[in-house]
Amino acid sequence: MTKQHPAWSPYDNNGGTCVAIAGADYCVTAADTRMSTGYSILSRDYSKIIKLADKCVMASSGFQADVKALQKLLAARHLIYQHQHNKQMSCPAMGQLLSNTLYYKRFFPYYSFNVLGGLDNEGKGCVYTYDAVGSYERVGYSSQGSGSTLIMPFLDNQLKSPSPLLLPAQDAVTPLSEAEAVDLVKTCFASATERDIYTASFFLFPPSLPLCDGIFVGGDKLEIVVLNKDGIHREYMELRKD
Amino acid sequence: MTRDIDCAWAGPWTWVGCLNKSSGKSRQAQAPTIVMFLVQQDTELPYVTGTSVVALKYKDGILMAADMGGSYGSTIRYKSVERIKPIGKHSLLGASGEISDFQELLRNLDELILYDNMWDDGNSLGPKELHSYLTRVMYNRRNKFDPLWNSLVLGGVKNGQKYLGMVSMIGVNFEDSHVATGFGNHLARPILRDEWHENLSYEDGVKLLEKCMRVLLYRDRSAVNKLQIAKITEEGTTISQPYALKTFWGFTAFQNPTAGAEGSW
Repeated sequence: MTKQHPAWSPYDNNGGTCVAIAGADYCVTAADTRMSTGYSILSRDYSKIIKLADKCVMASSGFQADVKALQKLLAARHLIYQHQHNKQMSCPAMGQLLSNTLYYKRFFPYYSFNVLGGLDNEGKGCVYTYDAVGSYERVGYSSQGSGSTLIMPFLDNQLKSPSPLLLPAQDAVTPLSEAEAVDLVKTCFASATERDIYTASFFLFPPSLPLCDGIFVGGDKLEIVVLNKDGIHREYMELRKD
Repeated sequence: MTRDIDCAWAGPWTWVGCLNKSSGKSRQAQAPTIVMFLVQQDTELPYVTGTSVVALKYKDGILMAADMGGSYGSTIRYKSVERIKPIGKHSLLGASGEISDFQELLRNLDELILYDNMWDDGNSLGPKELHSYLTRVMYNRRNKFDPLWNSLVLGGVKNGQKYLGMVSMIGVNFEDSHVATGFGNHLARPILRDEWHENLSYEDGVKLLEKCMRVLLYRDRSAVNKLQIAKITEEGTTISQPYALKTFWGFTAFQNPTAGAEGSW
């Protein structure tokens, strides 16, 4: 008897790319706002970034329903933590929680590719990068999602991260300023979206153009979240639609 | 030696019969028997399906359109299926995909709305809550490998806030100013992206929806020319009587189709 093939898959790839860069006293997390399925675009304005705690932000791409479930779970666990410990979870603590949550579903995984960005207990920027089943690592910068193969080598080149094999271990946190890091992130997406169809394209409006100030054009966007000692600041870059 | 005979029955639990030809020397071995096993089969296939649902936000609320066809594979078996239903006071639910799963969903929602009413506290479930509920239901069924084979459109107005969202059969969900399921995603969404704008009037909204539905009628083979347009505003819901769209087939290219290439057919 021929093997029956299922008519449906419990997974779908809704695309998108996420990036996070850690600085001396800040962390930049960014993701595009496109949600797609197959060759169709479902939404041009869907946020992949969620604030989990005061000092911790998560960007996830992959299968949107799993991402949503993961976000809800972590938010609920954070609430319980706050009730029990009377304080916010630190970024490293949330990092461990995310890893454990992902591994919990090791045999029916969350198809979610995450980067966690935030400030550690000393106020330094920290970025954690994950695979779908929870293996994670603290790094100075990372990207996940459909455009990550295009962005990661570019970041490796620009941020000149020291080799992880060096002894004593050197910090991978970038010496760049916050503004420079945000600019770098915009450049990353500019490159990735030229070639990756699942990441929204980039079109920089020159600041002199009167139209661009505060008007919602309705195209795809790049969402940038900056976390520093002053709190969280969210910024949007208008992007091209193709 | 056994041969499997499957029953054509959907759902996770199925009776599967095996022809039991025992290879023994006993006299009972002569007569073939069938042994039935109740097994869990994860595959599910849709049987009676509805095609696209298209919806958009307009000035006063939400407009939603769906035709009334229920296809059984390639046959258009049912032509009076209402695929848009009002839920509670503030929402409309449109569904494409398996009709029986939609009906089961309506039963779940009935119960939900009933319990909500029974609180009698002046509060009522709005479209955002219902969308969230439906997303959770669809996702949890997908987790159990027993999906409700539908793509749902949930639209409504509560306290002046318009809301329009979509959920797929595996739980993918989002909200937007215009949504469409199935073929509508490919054919209607581009039209909406081009021509939709904030504060559409009711007439313009209906015209835009009809334009989308007409394209679907021409190009989607499971579409039927009998549709309903539903409207929901702060005041309430109206679902139109079924009507047909005007179509045009008088293109010169259709007059003498073999003109350029004469053949036997």
